Amino acid sequence: MTEPRKGSSVLNTDANMAVPDDFYEALLGMHRDLTDAQSALANARLILLLANHIGDAAVLGDAMAAARSGVPGVPMEADHA
Amino acid sequence: MTATAAFAHPVYPYRRPPELDGTARHCGVVVIGAGPVGLTTAIDLAQRGIPVLVLDDDDTVSVGSRAICYAKRTLEILDRLGCGEAIVSKGVGWSIGKVYHGDTLAYQFDLLPEAGHRRPAFVNLQQYYLEACLVQRAQALAPAELRWRHRVIGVTQDADRALVRVATPDGEYDLSCDWLVVCDGARSPVRHLMQLDTEGQVFRDRFLIADIRMSSDFPTERRFWFDPPFHPNQSVLLHRQPDNVWRVDFQLGWDADPDEEKKPERILPRLHAMLGPDARFELEWASVYTFQCRRMQKFREGRVLFAGDAAHLVSPFGARGANSGVQDADNLAWKLDLVLRGVAPARLLDSYDAERVVAADDNIRNSTRSTDFITPKSAVSRLFRDAVLGLAREYPFARRLVNSGRLSVPTVLHESPLNTPDHDAFAGAMVPGTPAADAPVTGPKGAWLLDYLGGGFVLLIVGGEVGGAEAEALRSGNVPCRVVDVGGSAPDALADVAGLVAARYDATPGTCYLFRPDQHVCARWRTFSLARVRAAMAAACAIEQA
Repeated sequence: MTEPRKGSSVLNTDANMAVPDDFYEALLGMHRDLTDAQSALANARLILLLANHIGDAAVLGDAMAAARSGVPGVPMEADHA
Repeated sequence: MTATAAFAHPVYPYRRPPELDGTARHCGVVVIGAGPVGLTTAIDLAQRGIPVLVLDDDDTVSVGSRAICYAKRTLEILDRLGCGEAIVSKGVGWSIGKVYHGDTLAYQFDLLPEAGHRRPAFVNLQQYYLEACLVQRAQALAPAELRWRHRVIGVTQDADRALVRVATPDGEYDLSCDWLVVCDGARSPVRHLMQLDTEGQVFRDRFLIADIRMSSDFPTERRFWFDPPFHPNQSVLLHRQPDNVWRVDFQLGWDADPDEEKKPERILPRLHAMLGPDARFELEWASVYTFQCRRMQKFREGRVLFAGDAAHLVSPFGARGANSGVQDADNLAWKLDLVLRGVAPARLLDSYDAERVVAADDNIRNSTRSTDFITPKSAVSRLFRDAVLGLAREYPFARRLVNSGRLSVPTVLHESPLNTPDHDAFAGAMVPGTPAADAPVTGPKGAWLLDYLGGGFVLLIVGGEVGGAEAEALRSGNVPCRVVDVGGSAPDALADVAGLVAARYDATPGTCYLFRPDQHVCARWRTFSLARVRAAMAAACAIEQA
């Protein structure tokens, strides 16, 4: 898997949420009563807010690679990070 | 469209060349194209005493304002070429940019937030003024000869020379030259003659440029709108130019019909929507354009060197076209000079390719990123763009993601083969490969540090001394180097009046910086050593060292 990089952290994919069901409910709640277009915009805003909070380019790169590689039909790619 | 009312285009006379009457001619350098890049190349060479022949297929300056934003580094190069003051005094300086989303200010930036620089972040000026000024300067320099209505129709080369076939109103003739510099613009007929390609991408979008003349009390700043109420779903850019001319740039989308959109009956309603139904203005020039981000694979092909738009193309957002072309010329001229004088090997010119390809890629990367933001290529890129603009209203972090053009700054040549890597510890920005930072000084020939750098190599020593014999040895070398003393005891020493030389260069007593003839740092040390300066100069001239 991914080798740790000097001076930067690695994406934490271990269980890290105190109450996962609460998070999931809140995530769906964020989209309550939104149209598909509004939901898409809310998701994009959420990603940008979280990405800024994380800041670390290596962690973000790992997360983007993991997100993309799990999409059915998308071939595996070399790590560009 | 219509010709400009305020600016009378000069007509530079065609003269029958002596070659048509049997006089053969061999030139050190022939420059093709009398635009900003060809003219700066010619002036730089002529100032160095190198005879240079400039061929242009036209007989006047640019029609329409075209490139209008000249960056600080370009102005500093123009200062070195004797044109800076004329350009800055005619142009309008600015450093503030404002970005609106809808009718709300989303983001504001200041491109030069600190004092202590001679030149502002940007000066806006119509390209025809710049070209007219450069022509005047070139014509005043004896080694430069400008030939108008001389069109290049063939280029060949062998190991020793390049041969140029030229068509004139009176017939065709041949020239031979040691070096041919091709600056004939984005369409580059000579690049096509030589069957050389550019690689990159075309953007599927169209933009309308309208130059209008109006009196307005809008401040002198760059304004950019995403999705403004007066031009929904598209972007608009506004720049001020001299003579009460304003540049408005409307994004139209790929489906717009370029011929229709150029008609005043299509343009005027767009302007009235923006400026109000009662706004009074005159339409001076209009053009509909698409753009590309691409470059040639190599900027040197044997004895032929490509510079400016002929070599690389970017979108206009960021003002990286003409500015990077002038920096190409700045990079090339001193190298050609040393090679023609026989004091540096021809492979020094490979560093022109190495350094300016890196700069072109930097410009293309920045320009492509701006374009991806301004012209989203997919629904999801549009979604993120709108999310960023929305967040930018509330959150400072998102403002830094808003990209309406990252404006031209010179590329730092970190990996240049001409640099001598640091051995001593330095803080700050002035790493080898960086163009010199300006600072106020007092001294015999000007009030700015940059007045003392450039032309030839310069060794700057801060608060220390280079012995007379050693200074003389540097001055009288094969490739000469002047010593400039800041804060020392020599009678012509500069004074670091604001302490900004020391601050910007992280200088301690005895610190030395070696500058190339194009004012780039190529080496630096905490103490002076003649042997190290000589070795660094040899490295900067691509001279093999024993």
